[in-house]
Amino acid sequence: MIEFHQVSKAFAGKEAIRNLSLKIEKGSFTVLIGTSGSGKSTTLKMINRLVEHDSGEIRFAGEPIEQMDARALRRRIGYAIQSIGLFPHWNVAKNIATVPSLLGWPREKIAARVEELLALLNLDSQLASRYPHQLSGGQQQRVGVARALAADPELLLMDEPFGALDPVNRQALQQEMLRIQQLSGRTVVLVTHDIDEALTLADQLVLMDGGEIVQQGRPIDLLTQPASDFARQFFGRSELGVRLLALGRAGSAARRGEWLEAEPIAAGLTLREALSQFIARRTDKLPVVDQHQQPLGVLHFSDLLRQQEAG
Amino acid sequence: MLSQINRPRQQPVLLVLTLLITLALGALPLLSYAANRLVSGQPLMLWQVTAGWLLLLPLLWLWLGLWWPPGRGAALAQLLGAELLFALLIGIGGHAASELARSGSPLARTALGSGLWCAAGLALLLAAEAIRQLSQQTPLRILLNLQLWLPPLILLLSGQLDALSLLKEYSNRTAVFNAAFSQHLLLLGGTLLPTLLIGLPLGLAIARRTRWQHAAFSVLNLIQTVPSVALFGLLIAPLAGLAAHFPQLARLGISGIGVAPALIALVLYALLPLVRSVVAGLQQVPQEVRETARGMGMSGWQQFWHAELPLALPVWLSGLRVVVVQTVGLAVVAALIGAGGFGAIVFQGLLSSALDLVLLGVIPVVALAVIFDALLRLLSALLERGHD
Repeated sequence: MIEFHQVSKAFAGKEAIRNLSLKIEKGSFTVLIGTSGSGKSTTLKMINRLVEHDSGEIRFAGEPIEQMDARALRRRIGYAIQSIGLFPHWNVAKNIATVPSLLGWPREKIAARVEELLALLNLDSQLASRYPHQLSGGQQQRVGVARALAADPELLLMDEPFGALDPVNRQALQQEMLRIQQLSGRTVVLVTHDIDEALTLADQLVLMDGGEIVQQGRPIDLLTQPASDFARQFFGRSELGVRLLALGRAGSAARRGEWLEAEPIAAGLTLREALSQFIARRTDKLPVVDQHQQPLGVLHFSDLLRQQEAG
Repeated sequence: MLSQINRPRQQPVLLVLTLLITLALGALPLLSYAANRLVSGQPLMLWQVTAGWLLLLPLLWLWLGLWWPPGRGAALAQLLGAELLFALLIGIGGHAASELARSGSPLARTALGSGLWCAAGLALLLAAEAIRQLSQQTPLRILLNLQLWLPPLILLLSGQLDALSLLKEYSNRTAVFNAAFSQHLLLLGGTLLPTLLIGLPLGLAIARRTRWQHAAFSVLNLIQTVPSVALFGLLIAPLAGLAAHFPQLARLGISGIGVAPALIALVLYALLPLVRSVVAGLQQVPQEVRETARGMGMSGWQQFWHAELPLALPVWLSGLRVVVVQTVGLAVVAALIGAGGFGAIVFQGLLSSALDLVLLGVIPVVALAVIFDALLRLLSALLERGHD
């Protein structure tokens, strides 16, 4: 979908991106992570040409982006940022409809799409006529995401989209992003400095530092086989265990064919959350139910270790 | 009982205004009566004026209203009281003047006295305060404030005020007044058009260029510091010189005195507030709105039209308001270099020590400024309401 080939960028003579090569597969959820100033946001903005690269080549769907019309390129790419940037003088429906209107969709198609997106992001359809300042922070960010998805873009770019939200809203929106991405098979590139968010969302993780890629790969690889001291430091030695657990799900680790009469946990729970349940309930066995509340199996405390080895 | 006695303290502004109105009506003359237009008049107090006692009714109403529990009801009562007082002041002034005219000589003049001017002004303030408490909505507030002028306007148009010295001056000079009126509007329009044509593009051009901004603002600030009379005077010599060298220009009406230098000076003064508001309006458009507008694939023109213009417009309108009010006022001074307008009447009145003539020039200028100010306020309030 996107290929960076030896891309460099300098701001006022200071190098921000150094010789960066990166391949983002179609349908993948790629998370760029790093400390502030590592160049992750710049990398993201080079994709939709909000920042133009100095040298090297960036290809979008096989075509070098500098040969494409910047506006046409941007309309094919959804864009959501931390401060959201909703138009304060437009209501929710009109905000969501921004890119479809620019593309000249017929009115009925736009209205139907707005309705669809409000439902997709669990927003009340009555909110359509509200103005941004009448919404909560979480609702505003949902509208921001809906707007980015409006014209059904091939690619979605998100720059710390959940950074300003409270933990509850942040987690809910992360889950929704995962659901939306799995539902549509859309390619997503997201920038964050939150390690847990990165591990929750990414199927490809890119760790950046000083304008360069330190390591890229599956989250589990970065956790278990850090390529450098920086990577090891970054993911935190002391919390490595629970972060590994966060990558596994209770449903896949549970022993099938067993059952236990107790308050069950959901299959979608991460093993990290399951660990918390083991400790809180002072038990070493937890029954697991699937999404239809049907018995699936039993998770044993020792399965947590097994899961870590399997990873 | 004690809490009731304490009531007025909850409405300090209303209390002070009501007290001042009472003082103005009790201690200052309501009217002044003179044998002719040049001698100074005899003061006439409230109780010496026909039907003057009627004013005590709304006054009593206002005092009683202070003890009402604060709220919409009390605010409405205060508004009605103030409005009635304002209308009665003008009406009684007109009525008393025609009574006096019937008994006295045709040369005799009845002018509104200091007490009436003060009480009327205070009544308007009181009404504005009551309106402020009555409604949160700016458009409604402006409309309520404007309707206060309906009773005096009806009195004026129905001829009830014709016996007042001010109106006598007007009827003696109807043609002069009407010419001054159209000339003043011409000066205003002739200033606004070039100001907008120069100021808007200039503001748009320098909004993103900090270095140019400094240069432009230091020039405009410098112009603003030159006193108006001096600037009018400064333009006489170069324009007279131009007209002498190029007779075509002189034939177009350009000369050292008159409308040409006045318009140039007025435009120069108007540029600073306009350009400043254009720049300020664009600068307060949130950075993230610009970024997402660009990121979603809007062209430069679309970013301007969909994001920057609607968000900057309220600030631009308030800048335009300043420009209009400032130009209406400064155009008075332009009469000194022969540009005409209401300033000509004002200076004629000053030179002949005829106070009524001065007022005949000043009142329409104030009215123009107030009306344009209210209309532009109303417009920007209606615009803002779109996204409240």
